[in-house]
Amino acid sequence: MKKEITFIVNNEKIAIEADPKWTLLYVLREVLEMTGTKEGCGYGECGACTVIIDGQAVNSCLYPVMEAEGRNILTIEGLMTKDGELDPIQKAFVDEGAVQCGFCIPGMIMSAKALLDRKPKPTEDEIKESIEGNLCRCTGYVKITDAIRSAAGGR
Amino acid sequence: MGSFEYYKPESIAEAMALMEESGGKGVYIAGGTDVMVLIRQRKLSPGCLISLRNIGDLAYLDTSSGLAIGSGVTHNAIAKNDIIQTKYTALADATSKVGSLQIRNIATMGGNICNAAPSADTACPLLVLDARVVMAGKNGERSVPIDEFFLGPNRVALRPGEIVKGFEMPAFNERTGSAYIKHTRRQAMDLPMLGVAARVTIRIDGDQIGCRDALCGIENISDILKRFEDEKLVCEDVRIAMGVVAPRPMRAKKAEGALKGRVISEVLLQEIGEIAASECQPRDSIRGEAWYRRDMVKVLTKRAILRVVDRIIRPDDTIWPERLW
Repeated sequence: MKKEITFIVNNEKIAIEADPKWTLLYVLREVLEMTGTKEGCGYGECGACTVIIDGQAVNSCLYPVMEAEGRNILTIEGLMTKDGELDPIQKAFVDEGAVQCGFCIPGMIMSAKALLDRKPKPTEDEIKESIEGNLCRCTGYVKITDAIRSAAGGR
Repeated sequence: MGSFEYYKPESIAEAMALMEESGGKGVYIAGGTDVMVLIRQRKLSPGCLISLRNIGDLAYLDTSSGLAIGSGVTHNAIAKNDIIQTKYTALADATSKVGSLQIRNIATMGGNICNAAPSADTACPLLVLDARVVMAGKNGERSVPIDEFFLGPNRVALRPGEIVKGFEMPAFNERTGSAYIKHTRRQAMDLPMLGVAARVTIRIDGDQIGCRDALCGIENISDILKRFEDEKLVCEDVRIAMGVVAPRPMRAKKAEGALKGRVISEVLLQEIGEIAASECQPRDSIRGEAWYRRDMVKVLTKRAILRVVDRIIRPDDTIWPERLW
């Protein structure tokens, strides 16, 4: 039943034998062992599994892996440079103290990244819209939106 | 969860052939934001999944005469379209409020309609915009008005194997506007407790809208309405649709009839809201109780029509409709 599919994850071409019933999230975490992307609800409600597919933030838990064929996927692991330098968004999250337990943060950062790649100087509403599908259960969203604004250079 | 095949046809004919081959056990999947959840909840165990995502014929968006949208167009693409934002505003209102950005990036309008939840956000705008559903089947294409497409909760007028190809809406004149109000507890990631859409065509007796100065301000629309002398602002045509108040998204036809041809005033809209409330059959659910929903139909019907009138007479504010509300 398994089929071979190829796609790009974090600029690396990957070929795997995939079961058609797998989701992209399952493949990322269990097959490729990239556990930076989190599974929260598994129903597309919480956004912890957000990855960027061809420039768009998407819930990987709802994404059939068969649709990933030939697509370009960016996960939280792909943000850090090879020599260990954090992405400006990651730095901003650290500097602003936007992280408590941290479970939602990979999703938050990927949503923010999709926004800032598309629109480097977003408005307040656009920042809120970008993370509306990302739930944080520790605290509020103020520090998180502060961090995104700071990453966009708008302090 | 049993295993299944996942097909990625590139044409409608190929997809229908695959469905026939599966003996009706296959399930069409578009964005998958409903289907994948049902599979995970074990409420659905498909023989195979037939993806509609790679079919170019379902991905059109044509605004040259009226509006034709392929069923495979995502909510986000609809919400961000300039012409839909200005001329089919109710649709932009609805598609920009579905789920979250992550959902809107992949969920399609065809899926939202075919799932036929009583709470489907795009249903009310399609009802007020006089949309027709175009379906492709073995014997060619056919289309029905959207009102006849919904049969009940999760039941639509699709014959076995048929695929919704898209939606067609007529062109409206510039004295027409529309709005959709989604009533929720929180602003994102929530299903509507209630949804109300309205489309109104107004006729202005006399050449021009009076009180131009007022129109540049940020005054509330109901205050502006009072400044119009009575016979000036006539409702030439109107559609009102309500979601989550019946087993299927429905039109408030009695309320429409009571408004058509009359001068729009706040007092009249109050009445219209009450007629609309008398037409719906809401029930208690986890999101809200029936009495509350019925009361809110009154409020939101009036509010939706006022918002439409506002958008027609102060079109620049369509950029910032929220400013006034």
